Amino acid sequence: MGMIQGMIRINGEGAPLSAATLAELLAQNGIDIDGKGIAVALNGQVVRRRDWMQTKLSPGDDVEIVRVRQGG
Amino acid sequence: MKQNDPLVIAGRVFHSRLFLGTAGYPNRQVMLDAVAASGTEMATASIRRISLAGEEESLLDLLAGRVHFLPNTAGCQTAKDAVLTAELAREALQTNWVKLEVIGDRELLYPNVEELLIAAQELIAKGFVVLPYCNDDPVTCQKLADLGCATVMPLGSPIGSGLGISNPHLIELICARSPVPVVLDAGIGTASDAALAMELGCAAVLVNTAVSKANDPVRMAAAMRAAVEGGRLAHLSGRIPKRTNAEPSSPQFGLVGT
Repeated sequence: MGMIQGMIRINGEGAPLSAATLAELLAQNGIDIDGKGIAVALNGQVVRRRDWMQTKLSPGDDVEIVRVRQGG
Repeated sequence: MKQNDPLVIAGRVFHSRLFLGTAGYPNRQVMLDAVAASGTEMATASIRRISLAGEEESLLDLLAGRVHFLPNTAGCQTAKDAVLTAELAREALQTNWVKLEVIGDRELLYPNVEELLIAAQELIAKGFVVLPYCNDDPVTCQKLADLGCATVMPLGSPIGSGLGISNPHLIELICARSPVPVVLDAGIGTASDAALAMELGCAAVLVNTAVSKANDPVRMAAAMRAAVEGGRLAHLSGRIPKRTNAEPSSPQFGLVGT
């Protein structure tokens, strides 16, 4: 894995950075990027679904991946 | 009757005045059956970190097309977190509606009013339709309405407590003064609480735990539906004044033996 250039955080957990883009990161984590009810924030800013393919990741990035759940 | 009395929030027309939470049911089928039995047109949802270990069928797939979703910011303790959660919800659900919760005390789940007002203002500026969970305080409710919130949603008593409406007088005052629809948001324990909320002038009631944790959630959902409809009809009908002494309902003349 010569691509590993550093660490990022995914949902609060440290992880090696091995994806070039957000879309790639989601795919690596088994998340269907066409699936409904999912949203992503990068460093506290929501990234629109249409921008996932173009959004590059850098060491130190903080990624939140959320989904819709039951709630009151 | 229902057709003649729609509820309009931010231009969206509702024929049911019961909003239902989707959390805490024994299983997903019971939740779906309760949603159906309640007749609700809007169900709440939360936004949480995805499990990287895999997920079961999404709530969205189960309920899509049946109800409008009202995502919440439950658990958020700062305006900043609530705003980000609302923005994530907008992206995940393609809705600009949000049930805004900013909690000030983990034990009481009581709102943090300062943060709530900040978050409401920010979200309204970003184009959200904001339905804030708030205190049963007419001044706070007025401030939220002045900011441009689509409703106010005062608590009857603490979330999930089932204590009903602790201060009916305040809820009635809020309803009488509010320029926006008032939704009783928390504390409902059973059907009579929901009916009382509507009799006091609430435009709608939001229930979760009282249904999901009832022994028979589907039947309780039907009970809440009937209670909300009954309470609304009673409110529109105009109740009789309360009197100190009896007022006979049978005629006073022609009594046998007089």
